[in-house]
Amino acid sequence: MIDAFDQIFVLLKHWALDWPFWPESLKPMLSVLFSIVPLMLVFALLFGITTVVERKAIGRIQNRYGPNRVGLPFTDLRMFGFGQFIADGIKALTKEDVVPRAADKVVHFLAPIALIVPVFLAYSVLPYGLNMAPIDMDTGVLFFFAVGAATELSVFMAGWSSRNKYSLLGAMRAIAQMISYEVPLIISTITVVMMVGSLSTVKIVEAQADYFGQLPHWHVFTPWGFAGFILFLIAAMAESNRSPFDLPEGESEIVAGYFIEYSGFKFALFFLAEYLGMFAVSGLAITLFLGGWTAPLAFLSWLPSWLWFFAKLLALIALFIWVRGTVPRLRMDQLMNFGWKFMLPMALINIAAAGLWRFLPAGFDRWAVCSAMLIVPYVLLGRGLMGGKLFTKRTYRYAE
Amino acid sequence: MLGEGIIKGLAETARNFVGSYVEADRLTTVQYPEERLPTKEAARNFPFLVFDGNDAHAGMRCVACQICEKECPPQCIYIEKSKDKKPDYVGKPQFYPKIFDIDVSVCMSCQICVEVCPFEAIKMDTEFELSNTDRFAGLLFDKHQLAKSNEYYRKIHPAEAAAVDGRLAAEKAKAEAKTKADVEAKAKAAAAAAKTAAPPPPKPAPIPTT
Repeated sequence: MIDAFDQIFVLLKHWALDWPFWPESLKPMLSVLFSIVPLMLVFALLFGITTVVERKAIGRIQNRYGPNRVGLPFTDLRMFGFGQFIADGIKALTKEDVVPRAADKVVHFLAPIALIVPVFLAYSVLPYGLNMAPIDMDTGVLFFFAVGAATELSVFMAGWSSRNKYSLLGAMRAIAQMISYEVPLIISTITVVMMVGSLSTVKIVEAQADYFGQLPHWHVFTPWGFAGFILFLIAAMAESNRSPFDLPEGESEIVAGYFIEYSGFKFALFFLAEYLGMFAVSGLAITLFLGGWTAPLAFLSWLPSWLWFFAKLLALIALFIWVRGTVPRLRMDQLMNFGWKFMLPMALINIAAAGLWRFLPAGFDRWAVCSAMLIVPYVLLGRGLMGGKLFTKRTYRYAE
Repeated sequence: MLGEGIIKGLAETARNFVGSYVEADRLTTVQYPEERLPTKEAARNFPFLVFDGNDAHAGMRCVACQICEKECPPQCIYIEKSKDKKPDYVGKPQFYPKIFDIDVSVCMSCQICVEVCPFEAIKMDTEFELSNTDRFAGLLFDKHQLAKSNEYYRKIHPAEAAAVDGRLAAEKAKAEAKTKADVEAKAKAAAAAAKTAAPPPPKPAPIPTT
């Protein structure tokens, strides 16, 4: 019974595929369709809800209410403002689609599509639950990063084809940032690949699926895993252009960055791609470091695996929102300094720490050595990043 | 150490987030259509015409002198003077506006009309929900829409209305005293005339030609 509930989506798909009136030749196509359509619907809905939750949470952080008016259309139900995304969607669909006269029309049209397709492709290798990875590829992690890197192209397509200096500046910033932070992002995942010995996302989750007594065997509960998780999370924030790394959008200086010349549904597609990219990279963080679909404590394993995956995903989204509500935007030089002078060395040291962890005998010594190996450079690099400056309370001198 | 400030910041935002659910006085937002703040006494938005008593026509203070029309910087007032006259608050026959229109969309709430009016007839209103679905006729307010009673004026601007009432009452008392004195003087003259009776009444003074 519990197993059936755990596998309910897999069973549903098989049941739908086993209908006798499907022609045999269509079955592979249908199987693909039954995997893709629910995923797209679930994540598009999650995107809608996240936009509202984000606005409400940031409102609360700033002691405001946030959206609390719009409910279901044609009714008086307000639902605490959770109908907002429906109204936003209708608005985006009915708005005029403005294309600048000087823009390269074909590239301008293709850019949002070229952005959304790789983002959705990245979802195909994530294991959402036990037996619930759409494709179990041997090179799943590599595939994820390969399609993830394709988004940079579409960002530059959007920035260049608009023929607008702000959008070009935004695209250049985005490219600089994404390429800089892709390096620590991938290097911090290498540790996991080294320890598990496989690039398959399913195998990586399986490697974390057993327990020490009640405690889980997640990678984040090791020194190299914890450091890798933090590095991965920071790099993921930068990759998905989330605050504090939202320089490519930088409303106050370059209006909206690379999608400045987009309106209506194309703008909504950029927005959607940005959030879906964030969910995908959070999903990969869960798979690599937070044990994928496994329960956090052994006695909770009876709950369905997909529930755990989505609980962790929502927790990470909440963390992203919390950080966005807290940290102000970085400056370009701070961004580059942080990426190349802190993230990259830390990620490289983390590889060495993971290697040492693998070959030292288990026990307290291993913990002490690997932790020291990460904490000492963290402190030293942090000091280097501050450049010997002492940050005290700022004093102001006013004109008399 | 690096990251210390971020942890502190995260704690602060978390405190705000939780606090906004726990302490009601953290949220300063007034949820407007359901809740509203009391209007400030000095608030002003759009002029209205004051009338005394209950009848807007009979009590209308405006005498259609058109000073406000001439002074209005964006020229949003349009007045047409009546042909006949009606008694004002002291009983003196005066013209009244046949048409008095103000365009809401043009008015800039400068209060100059109020300052130049010698008859205390036009005052500023605090009403601000003036939106309308008809952007032409709906935004042009006529005499009937603009007329509001003196009681309303007392309600929205109590101190200012009391001063105006005092001034008007003093003027009225002065006018009454004057008419009374006139009547008495006339009566005295009549009595004196009746006493002497013999001499014919003096010739009226020649009318000045200027």
